[in-house]
Amino acid sequence: MDSRSTTNSAEPLALSRRSFLRSSALFGAGAVALAASLKPLLSLKDGPSMEQFLQKYYKELTPEEMQKVLERISREVEKEYGKRPHLRDLKPMDGVDFAYFLNLSRCVGCRKCVHACVKENNQSRSPEIQYIRVLKMPHGTFDVEKSEHNYNPDLVPEKGYFYMPVQCQQCKNPPCVKVCPVHATWQEPDGITVIDYDWCIGCRYCMAACPYGARHFNFTKPGIPADRLNTEMSYLGNRPRKKGVTEKCHFCVQRTRDGLYPACVEVCPAGARKFGNVLDHESEVYKILTTKRVFIQLKEELGTNPRFFYYFDV
Amino acid sequence: MITAIRNYLTFLWRCAKIAFVGDWRYYAWMGLLTTICLIGINAYCKQFVNGLIVTGMGDEVSWGVYISNFTFLVGVAAAAVMLVIPVYIYRNEELHDLVIFGELLAVAAILMCLGFVTVDLGRPDRFWHLIPGIGQLNFPASLLSWDVVVLNGYLLLNLHICGYLLYSRYHNRKPSKWFYIPFVFIAIVWAVSIHTVTAFLYVGLGGRPFWNSSIVGPRFLASAFTAGPALIILALQVIRKVTLYQISDKALLTLRSIVQVSMIINVFLLLNELFKEFYTHSAHAASARYLFLGLHGHHALVPWIWTAITFNVVAMVLLALPVSRSLKWLNLTCVLAIVGIWIEKGMGMVIPGFTPTTLGEMIEYQPSSNETLVCLGIWSFGLLCYTIFLRMAVPILQGRLSYANEGGKPLPDSLTGPNH
Repeated sequence: MDSRSTTNSAEPLALSRRSFLRSSALFGAGAVALAASLKPLLSLKDGPSMEQFLQKYYKELTPEEMQKVLERISREVEKEYGKRPHLRDLKPMDGVDFAYFLNLSRCVGCRKCVHACVKENNQSRSPEIQYIRVLKMPHGTFDVEKSEHNYNPDLVPEKGYFYMPVQCQQCKNPPCVKVCPVHATWQEPDGITVIDYDWCIGCRYCMAACPYGARHFNFTKPGIPADRLNTEMSYLGNRPRKKGVTEKCHFCVQRTRDGLYPACVEVCPAGARKFGNVLDHESEVYKILTTKRVFIQLKEELGTNPRFFYYFDV
Repeated sequence: MITAIRNYLTFLWRCAKIAFVGDWRYYAWMGLLTTICLIGINAYCKQFVNGLIVTGMGDEVSWGVYISNFTFLVGVAAAAVMLVIPVYIYRNEELHDLVIFGELLAVAAILMCLGFVTVDLGRPDRFWHLIPGIGQLNFPASLLSWDVVVLNGYLLLNLHICGYLLYSRYHNRKPSKWFYIPFVFIAIVWAVSIHTVTAFLYVGLGGRPFWNSSIVGPRFLASAFTAGPALIILALQVIRKVTLYQISDKALLTLRSIVQVSMIINVFLLLNELFKEFYTHSAHAASARYLFLGLHGHHALVPWIWTAITFNVVAMVLLALPVSRSLKWLNLTCVLAIVGIWIEKGMGMVIPGFTPTTLGEMIEYQPSSNETLVCLGIWSFGLLCYTIFLRMAVPILQGRLSYANEGGKPLPDSLTGPNH
């Protein structure tokens, strides 16, 4: 049978009306179901503004555009926390190559650095994000798998253990920078690896690549109490982050590019933390580098070449 | 020119229309898939609003079932090549008319892959940062940027090949070799490349000894060439049953030989890995110990991985025996192989890479219910796409939907048309 002959003959009007009604009902039901499934979007509060959505890559912003961006962020911070921040885009200084030395013989494991860092860098208190993790290690080993992360005694240090704080090691050959698919993280001329929080797409490949667990992700909107906000801010540093991006230690870029020590160095009661410019031969870090016999770069075999060194009082 | 465009649009319109026509079984199936899709969209909206906190992932295990499924499905997409090679290189006649079903499966699998990567992003609104020209694609340094390039390239290649062949068939024209044969050969190499690149995504990470192993690439390919054709064997039988499109048992048995060889290689490579990890017993084997035996009292993955290994080994034995020549046994074997490989290569590959953490902490990952719903939604979306592709392709291949009957309706489904 030729199907054309049956279909080409005019269909009764009633039939086509019925099929029209049927398909409209079908599409109507589909639209309602789709709308119902999209309902959670109504409670979206922190969606990006058009200005933020279209913002250019950090390295392509002209100084005027950067000014506008800083203005936008300041506005947003003020709206959110009720305080006007002093937000700058601090650039690396010429002739500076930062290095960090941590004296394992001195660290007592008090975690004052952890808390100072949280406070300085506007890290989320709920859920908790901390850039520094202090490992309690049994004497005689450097195997992190034998470490304890959640130690909680009444008094530190405990006999038979030493303490090893780990944070971003600011590698000279950073795996996180290599893997980022959108150049959202890079190493600056002064050696600090930074993140453009407004460019990161949140794929978390850098977290898989980092051998030191240094990178942290904002799984939800960071919770910072308004009265604890540190208003002295830098674009690549401690300005409040948004949901869905990574962050990590940046050697307190808002302080160290302004002639101050990182918060963790300043707070350490044992004097275990040393920070400075290795190109400056008068600096403390240069003296340590030229006089101490043994340094350890964590997981040296990976070839990441950290500018964060562990040493002993020998 | 204008006529050509109008013809092409008419073709697309008729294809779209036929996707909405079918018997009650078709409507029930599509209704079910659409419902699960919508549930998945709903779950994703919750994730979009609240952030990835609604998943089971954390700073320690920062990739989970999304990336696991992604990895498995890249393999399924790559496996279309196992139909293409016999036909275009060894001139296999049995599989000739079936290649297109494999390629359409590849398209559906890639769409699912793109879905899984997108839902894994913390900032999906910034996807445009990946687009060369307006964004900042870190090519060639980042293997993720390679993946973006090869996956989208593979999608375009397959869309072109399938689309061109079907459009030619629609017009009852012999396809011009120059328009598709070069692409077929590019697609063969490209298929291997998508899975190699996906393996390198893991292999390139020196800080994760479980992944930083040169066997990951070969294992990915072997498992893909097992699970992919196994899936095609099952799909072809469904097509044969519901559409009356003629598919010979001999074609299915040819695919069986492919699954057979691939599975043996797959299990062999697994043995290689097990030997290296457990005989040397170095500190780098911690992840493998966690996966296979449990570590420091944590053993969430142990039952899973042994299920996978059991399934794979049983499937291998069945494939080696003549019993799997009977379709009933072959189907069982295929299901075992697919499930086994899905576990082994998804959760069994991704999660141990993060456990223990780089700083030696034991944090176990468990997907949340919301995360699971998103996964089910994407799988349904993929099946929905594949069903629609077949709904369009089969009548065209049978000559029931063609240029010749453009004024009227396609010939009814009950008529079996000429088969090539």
